[in-house]
Amino acid sequence: MPPKKKPAGKGKKAAETPEPDHAGEEQEKVPVNTSMFSLENEVERKVVKPSNQLELTEDELNQEMLTVLKSTNPQAPKSIVRYDFNEQCFKPEAMVDQFTIHYRTDGWLLHSESEEGKQQLEAKKKEAAAIEDFKAAISKATEADEQEAKQYRNQFNFTERAAQTYNHGTRDRMAATEPPTVLTYSGSTTQWEIYDAYMKDFAVQQMQNESRSSKKTIAEPKKEKQKESTVKKEEKEDIMHTQNMSAAAKVMERVMNQNTNEDITQDFKYWDDQADKFRENEGTLLPLWKFTNEKTKKRNVTSICWNPEYPDMFAVGFGSFDFTKQGRGMICCYSLKNPSFPEFLLYTESGVMCLDFHPQQSSLLACGLYDGTVQVYDIRNKIRTPIFQSTARTGKHTDPVWQIFWEEADLNKWMQFYSISSDGRVTLWTLTKAELLYEDIMELQPHAQALTSIEADSAQFSRLESGCCFDFNRLSDHLFIVGTEEGVIHKCSKSYNSQYLENYTEHGMSVYAVKWNPFLSNVFLSASADWQVKVWDHNHSKSLYSFDLNAPVADIAWAPYSSTVFAAISSDGKVLVYDLSMNRNQPICEQKISKKPRLTKVCFNPHSPVLLVGDERGCVTSLKLSPNLRKALDNTESKDKQVQANNMKTIVDIALKQQ
Amino acid sequence: MANYSLVKHTDMMAEVRDEAVDICMNAVEKFPKDLQKCTHFIKESMDKKFGSPWHCVAGKGFAFEVSHETKNILYVFVAGETGVLIWKC
Repeated sequence: MPPKKKPAGKGKKAAETPEPDHAGEEQEKVPVNTSMFSLENEVERKVVKPSNQLELTEDELNQEMLTVLKSTNPQAPKSIVRYDFNEQCFKPEAMVDQFTIHYRTDGWLLHSESEEGKQQLEAKKKEAAAIEDFKAAISKATEADEQEAKQYRNQFNFTERAAQTYNHGTRDRMAATEPPTVLTYSGSTTQWEIYDAYMKDFAVQQMQNESRSSKKTIAEPKKEKQKESTVKKEEKEDIMHTQNMSAAAKVMERVMNQNTNEDITQDFKYWDDQADKFRENEGTLLPLWKFTNEKTKKRNVTSICWNPEYPDMFAVGFGSFDFTKQGRGMICCYSLKNPSFPEFLLYTESGVMCLDFHPQQSSLLACGLYDGTVQVYDIRNKIRTPIFQSTARTGKHTDPVWQIFWEEADLNKWMQFYSISSDGRVTLWTLTKAELLYEDIMELQPHAQALTSIEADSAQFSRLESGCCFDFNRLSDHLFIVGTEEGVIHKCSKSYNSQYLENYTEHGMSVYAVKWNPFLSNVFLSASADWQVKVWDHNHSKSLYSFDLNAPVADIAWAPYSSTVFAAISSDGKVLVYDLSMNRNQPICEQKISKKPRLTKVCFNPHSPVLLVGDERGCVTSLKLSPNLRKALDNTESKDKQVQANNMKTIVDIALKQQ
Repeated sequence: MANYSLVKHTDMMAEVRDEAVDICMNAVEKFPKDLQKCTHFIKESMDKKFGSPWHCVAGKGFAFEVSHETKNILYVFVAGETGVLIWKC
């Protein structure tokens, strides 16, 4: 409200004090007008007066008016009458409320020392303190952050790199499975249908029971029939043991062996030691197959013999050289095509000591046993029993038979063979149709030179020398040589059975083998336990050549292809091959075949350059001769027998000249 | 009345069939009064054992024509008065 107008208003009020009601009204109106004026005055300064405004003079306006405020409300009703129930009449109200409120407002100020004021002040202080703390914390944190940021900022000058791998294109694949097959089935269920079904089932069961009881009665005769049929079936099912099957199995076995031993087969056929081209007078032996099996392991190989008809087939005799370890003997027939198992094997009652195939009838195998028996087997027979056998009545030897040798058939075309034994007899056996006839060709009388005086006394007991080995001359029919345990070699003739043609006494211990040269008829070879191998001319009592092997010589063999080549085996496991045309003093090959077991027998294959060596553990090793050891075999000229004989003859002549 | 179950029609394998017949017999014995629970039980156990979805109808009198996977239907009379048909489709 503009203050300058108030005096005017007051002036009016003063003028109208007698009528406070009017004054009140005017008071309300005036401000409205003045406010309008004030707004308009600013624009136009126009004074508008109400028409009924009193015109007052200056004096009247300046005249002082007194108004007194009283404690009565002019608008309060003065005569309020209420019914008084106590007095049962109307009564005027004595006290009228004079209190009116014209304006009212609540204060918002507080006294600073009042309770509430103090609380608010404290709260403000706390708030301020909290804000301070908060700010301090923030500033600290930011400081720390800055420090940290300083510490770790980009120490290694990082650069960010990114790569994206190649995304394979996606591809959709679809396949449809066949829906399972669907069938429809329809029917119905009612009580009577169920009943019928059960009745039907019941009837069927009864039928079955009846038939079962009737079957029982028939069953017994049927069983017998079944038995018969099973027997027949067994006969039919026995295919596994037919001849066809065994033949097929044999073929299969061969094929398997060929597969497993293919490298050896290749070696056997094609491999030659290339080193032989660059050295003279020296050769090597290449071990090929080893023939052994569990059954033969504890037996000694006592003899090896090639079959004359089949070049790959040979028989091996197993026995024991040890007197204290005698047992059953065994003969195995191996083929080079099957090193894993013998083609056939048969057992003998005593240890086998010697074997020989008949040169024409290649299935006939003569064998001598440790107990003195000689036997002849026909290996074609399924039944492994000898077709001929000597017995105590028919001149059986009383000591081990050391060697056996087929003779040409006699005039009656009976087959014959010789045998030699420790009991001092050389016997000719003849195979007649019914029996085995024997004839003593020679009894080895101790010859005079060998007898000391004591032995001369014991000679009264007609003690004979023990024969160890013999060999028959192929060219002069009647001639043969015998090696004895005493170390003497006798030259004998079939014609005189009481006299020796010659005695060769250079060996000091038992002679294990004597062999005629296959080409030159007057030369033979002997091997002895006194470490010596000697080459002899039977016309001379002194040996031509002598080789010392530093170990007992178990066996020797002439090569079938050359007159000057022979192989010897020593008991310390060495095989030595000599070629007299190349070197008359040293072997051209000396090779140790086995570490431990003693070697017992050696044998050349008559056709291919293969040597068989048997040892005391029942193992037969086949060795291939390198080209230097078989020069004669590759040379066409040297296949002429006469050439070979001449070769040997020159060597013999050289030796004779030296003597 | 007979108390064994009589297979009226099936093309199941022998082992599956034996098992299924066993299940049906058990269910009917277990809930002789409540065929709804009985069928529910059969369906649940067949689903569990041989893979869903199996369907089952059991009752003393009803007629049906259903399509089913081959080797997966069994129509059996259980305990002489209840017919049970189960099939898979």
